[in-house]
Amino acid sequence: MKRYIVYRLLQGVVLLCLVATIVFFLGRLTGNPVDLMLPEDATPADRMAMIKALGLDGSLFQQFTIFVGNALHGDLGTSIRMRQPAVEAFFSRLPNTLAIIPWALLLAMCVGIPLGVIAALNRGNMIDRAAGTVAVLGIAMPSFWLGILLIYVFSVELGWLPSGRMGGPEHYVLPVITLGAFLVAGFMRLVRSSMLEVMESEFVKLARIKGLSESVVIWKHCLRNALVPVLTLWGVFVGNLITGAIVTETVFAWPGIGRLTYEAVIFRDFPLLQAVIILKAILILSINLVVDILYAYVDPRIRLA
Amino acid sequence: MPWIPICIIAIMVSMALFAPLLAPYSPIDQTLRDKLIPPFWVDGGGIDHVLGTDAFGRDMLSRLIYGARVSLIVAALALTAGGGVGLLIGIVSGYFGGAVDNALMRLVDAAFTFPAILFALLLAVTMGQGLGTLVLAISLLLWASFARVIRGEVLSLKQRDFVALAKVRGCSSARIMLTHILPNVLNTFMVLVTLNIGVVIIAEASLSFLGAGIPPPTPTWGLMVSDGRGRIAEAWWVSLIPGIAITLLVLSVNVFGDWLRDRLDPRLRQL
Repeated sequence: MKRYIVYRLLQGVVLLCLVATIVFFLGRLTGNPVDLMLPEDATPADRMAMIKALGLDGSLFQQFTIFVGNALHGDLGTSIRMRQPAVEAFFSRLPNTLAIIPWALLLAMCVGIPLGVIAALNRGNMIDRAAGTVAVLGIAMPSFWLGILLIYVFSVELGWLPSGRMGGPEHYVLPVITLGAFLVAGFMRLVRSSMLEVMESEFVKLARIKGLSESVVIWKHCLRNALVPVLTLWGVFVGNLITGAIVTETVFAWPGIGRLTYEAVIFRDFPLLQAVIILKAILILSINLVVDILYAYVDPRIRLA
Repeated sequence: MPWIPICIIAIMVSMALFAPLLAPYSPIDQTLRDKLIPPFWVDGGGIDHVLGTDAFGRDMLSRLIYGARVSLIVAALALTAGGGVGLLIGIVSGYFGGAVDNALMRLVDAAFTFPAILFALLLAVTMGQGLGTLVLAISLLLWASFARVIRGEVLSLKQRDFVALAKVRGCSSARIMLTHILPNVLNTFMVLVTLNIGVVIIAEASLSFLGAGIPPPTPTWGLMVSDGRGRIAEAWWVSLIPGIAITLLVLSVNVFGDWLRDRLDPRLRQL
């Protein structure tokens, strides 16, 4: 187990270094990164000062060591537009995103898992097809459009819910639905196919022979085992939600890290974007790491493989 | 045969191919006195602008027709580039196995863990918006899933007698991969391509929506949805109509892709 954790930790660190290196070199790809980092009305004196401060008059290797050194001290540059350290901006917005992600995940599971089970039990008939249609539609609708459609129906036409910004519980409804919707199809398909597999297995036959009631067989014996692949992909799903939040938070003017990413792109705020990407990478990698370690703890086959 | 999706795809493709002939107006020219005219079935709309106009008085139908071009061109280029790289890596990795395979598959794992959309946004800011950047960004999103599936296929193919025979006859590795393995994974490759068209169209639209796609004034569906976002209360059609076009197209290619997969390669069901 210890070996597995160390291995996965190393893997995460290597990946993170890869991401940081790519971000660093992409910034230098198009000439002097100072042009990306300074506002358009900067004077030549500002330019020189920045070049000195970032060590850009040195070789590429020297620059890279400065970049890594600063990063290790938690300094990922200063946002051009907000004139505050990018790391600070990120962490001040992070709680707002973390406030909707669990709800979106919960919603997607509460809809997707039962749909998957029902589809598997009715394999091939109308109900299965209907569930399949929901899944296909969920994948085909771009989530930025779904968000706007929901705003149009529930805020503009019906006037039931606010169209954006943070606030009381009613402000959470539409963003959570929009963010969760695109995972529903994923959960449903995954649960359906693994349910079909489990329902064929020997221990389910045994449970039936033992005379257990059908609902106990399905919900207790089958579903429990069918959920294993769902748990493995938990880390991936959370990663999807963190990126999905870029679009959702943009549509709903939700002040989280997704909206921050959008602002960095729209205002060409390169230092902010660079910081956001590295910090998101850390976030996603650590979530994946924790999920995998928990999973290996539960299922010994993983850590031995 | 899924006829309805095929018809929708055919309509969208002809829209893209014959845009200059089909569009009643220029998709770019602004006529401010005609701004925000609703579609013909809504009060105030007329037959002049069947789907209405946007905030700059540009004809929605014309923009929609030209927008199909961008979606389909980006899809074609990104699938060729990203799918091609994935195909190559999949074949090389599966055929050679060992350390090469190990290294390439770790790279694939890494690509799966880290969301490509973040790199796409970074590329748009550092390299500037444009067709090339967009295609590169979306290719990054695709190659890993292609590589993983193709590799699996090659692993079983290389155990077959015809590969052993080719080795005995002294064929080089490159020749075996090109003339013996490649033709046998093309079916799978085609299925992967169709299943991913929808993914690419959504990715293109989302990047355009986020201001990292093809820059204005070129009409793209994602950008059109974004344009109408602030006026949803007074002019819903500017945002909602292009979204319907995206959903219809993606739905059609997905249904068609599922059908093609079941016919050509039912083993890919799990995807």
